[in-house]
Amino acid sequence: MSILTSLARLRAIKEGVAQPIATVRHCHLGRRPMVFVPLRLSGEAAAPLAVMLGTDRDAPELLVVAQPRNRDLRFAFTAELARVLLPYVESFLGQSETVEKKNADPYQRALDAPQLLLPNPSGVAFTRLLGRSTRFRRPDGPYPVPAEVPLLGRWLTYFAERAAHPGSSLTLAATEELGRHWASGQSGLEDANLAALLGWISPPPGRTGPQAAQEAEDPLIWPPAGPATDPGFDAEVLAPAIESGTVERVTEALRTQLAPTWRLMWQAVDLLRALPEGASVATRWESDRGSFSMMAEQVAEGAPPQARRDGAVAAASRLSRMERAQAAFEVQRAYDDPLVMAEYRLTGEAFAGEVIETDPEHTEGEGRSRKLRPVVLVKTDDPVRLSPGATLGTPDRRGQAAQLVDVSDGLVTLKITKGMGRGRTPAPGSVPEPGERVCYTSLTDDFQGSAALPDRDATPWTHGGPPQEYVPNDEDAQEEWA
Amino acid sequence: MATVGERVSGLDSLRGTTPAKPHDARAIAALAANPGCARRALMDGAGVDKDAAARHLGFPAPFGQSPFAITRGNAFEALVKADGCAELLRLLRDVLRLPIDEVAYQDVQNVGAHLRHAHTRTLFDRAARGEQGTLYDHPLLSLKIAGHTAFLEPDVVAFQHGGRFHIVEIKSFAVIDGQADPASVSAAARQAAVYVLALRTLLEELGHDPLLVAHDVVLVCPENFANRPMATLVDVRRQLAVLKRQLARMTSIDRLLAELPEGVSFDLLPGEDGAPTRSAEALAEAIQQVSARYAPDCLSTCDLCFFCRDEARRDGASDQLGRQVRDELGGVATVEEALALADGLREPAPGQEEIARLLRDAERLRRECLA
Repeated sequence: MSILTSLARLRAIKEGVAQPIATVRHCHLGRRPMVFVPLRLSGEAAAPLAVMLGTDRDAPELLVVAQPRNRDLRFAFTAELARVLLPYVESFLGQSETVEKKNADPYQRALDAPQLLLPNPSGVAFTRLLGRSTRFRRPDGPYPVPAEVPLLGRWLTYFAERAAHPGSSLTLAATEELGRHWASGQSGLEDANLAALLGWISPPPGRTGPQAAQEAEDPLIWPPAGPATDPGFDAEVLAPAIESGTVERVTEALRTQLAPTWRLMWQAVDLLRALPEGASVATRWESDRGSFSMMAEQVAEGAPPQARRDGAVAAASRLSRMERAQAAFEVQRAYDDPLVMAEYRLTGEAFAGEVIETDPEHTEGEGRSRKLRPVVLVKTDDPVRLSPGATLGTPDRRGQAAQLVDVSDGLVTLKITKGMGRGRTPAPGSVPEPGERVCYTSLTDDFQGSAALPDRDATPWTHGGPPQEYVPNDEDAQEEWA
Repeated sequence: MATVGERVSGLDSLRGTTPAKPHDARAIAALAANPGCARRALMDGAGVDKDAAARHLGFPAPFGQSPFAITRGNAFEALVKADGCAELLRLLRDVLRLPIDEVAYQDVQNVGAHLRHAHTRTLFDRAARGEQGTLYDHPLLSLKIAGHTAFLEPDVVAFQHGGRFHIVEIKSFAVIDGQADPASVSAAARQAAVYVLALRTLLEELGHDPLLVAHDVVLVCPENFANRPMATLVDVRRQLAVLKRQLARMTSIDRLLAELPEGVSFDLLPGEDGAPTRSAEALAEAIQQVSARYAPDCLSTCDLCFFCRDEARRDGASDQLGRQVRDELGGVATVEEALALADGLREPAPGQEEIARLLRDAERLRRECLA
């Protein structure tokens, strides 16, 4: 968190309502997102209790395990879940485009991709475990399950893993996305409560943010958004309902816990949708679509389910991918959103101001090495902490590069080194005019090549040697379920 | 410096007629969570039932355990301990490399509750003198907390012939593909460290080497999605160090007690039915005589958290937003003050110039970007 966000939180306390910390939306929101609200049986690692899901806010589907300790019912539940989720995923496979890249084989990329919206990060973690507990199952052998169950497990695992990938929008946790766009007047810990956070962001008429948030902490008014249930509900409502053995009673009890969160989820969708989309969101969604298509292809080709743990090379390359995605995501957000860029202006890594003077036809060097280097003088109030020679980029003219020449008393001199054309005079519009407001930063989204890693078969002995190929075995498929 | 006797009586009078709430390992471990909080140190030192106090104040603690979780926890512990800890022994043979013939099992509970602690002492004394390897079920240890003896019940203590004592902690959270929920593991480690310390203290009192108690505790959890238990050694040296430091600091309770105005009491004045008869306002006023150090982390560890949060909010303290924000605001204690600095309505006090400049810049940028 930065001082800018801290200030926004203080302001939220004073005003009694959450304050914006972004001016555009930094995540993709699909046309047909699948809202997915799971509940887990308390005390169990991955015993599903219920899930409310669907793409239509007026028609949620509710799936329930009426006796959570009965493993047959649990498998029946996962089969039901597969029946809803898999057709949704597969509906995006029909239309694709061919992507051709230099030095690479062309591949097919889906035109749109599925999107899972969960209430919070613990919901994502539970989804991962649900995926883990089902993806190794098999439709044949001693404990057969319906064929869709292991497939569901692989997709759930994929969605949960993708949630950890910076900038990816395939799986979103509502509290995290809202928290990226608004600062509430409570701590980050309390923001994990979806009802409380939404209370701050859009309090119901007649209430202030803190009043709404306080109300949201009462589990009788706002049941927890899962996957954990309220212990009081477990003791007083759920346990007797399960005891009674009537499916309807359990279903209705769980509906009371899920329906309020369902409404909050769509409220979150509306709030996020109302923000204009950031300029780089489409690019990031493109790589999401690529990743989705690759996963679908692996499934179609009959590749084995995701390993329990990554081997050394796979882990290193995953980490490197995530680090590059994180760096790119941070830069893109700053370029897309002046309020995010303001954080860098505050630390002196960026500055904004008015152009005072320009010398668009300034050149350096003589004869053949004579180069066009337009010079721009900017007046700024920002505390610039960049040294002469620093390479600069600007959100106003992406792809242009400049170099800092001098900083003194709020006056910055810079010369443009890239992106002004090759002629003797700069291309029209490539050099800012006096009076124009500009912003320059040392943050640049330079392409970083992936780290050079050995082949998986050449994993050095320091890292355990080549990992064993995964061979599905009966033990995995029959793994006991408590 | 007050003598121990004086301190205990001072603390007891703070609690008044309300019966003392015994500390369990979880409560002792939680003491280390927020060492700077004078309110918590005093109330815990005096054995005040904070949960009852919070309820009476109208701020009941947000903690509850689902009956499903309790059933599951009990069932798992019963499974591990069934047939004289047969399953546990199998795991320990593996993880501690116990030789096959070490099978003795002692259930300390057999002697009746009032004798359990004395019996535990005798048994451990004998073991340390060279008894054969044994598993001790239901032992009862003790630890002095601010002059009061807290009795503690580790799940099992394993003693290896000619070797060491190991604390065994049975927990029902799952270890999946070698990974467990980090918060659960660290809570278990903090709790186990309390037992290690208590057992070491006991051995020292008996004249044995306290280091006979291993700093590696055996954590027994269900593996993957089944009920089958697995054992892992967890090194609790770090938790042990934190705990020792914290317990040593509890002696500074003298100073806290001395600073209290005359006649302050946290007594709930329970009536014959045990229900508090003291007015909630009077109790709140008394508790507010001791300063708290609220942080949002209290919400998961302290029974009084909602009361202190409410107080922090009413005072407009910047603490309510969490340590990170408070640190970022470097020394600006209230929301009002920070906003006044940001708006330039207030001259920064000496030492506040830097944060005031940052806040003013931040405010200017926010205005510019949101205009």
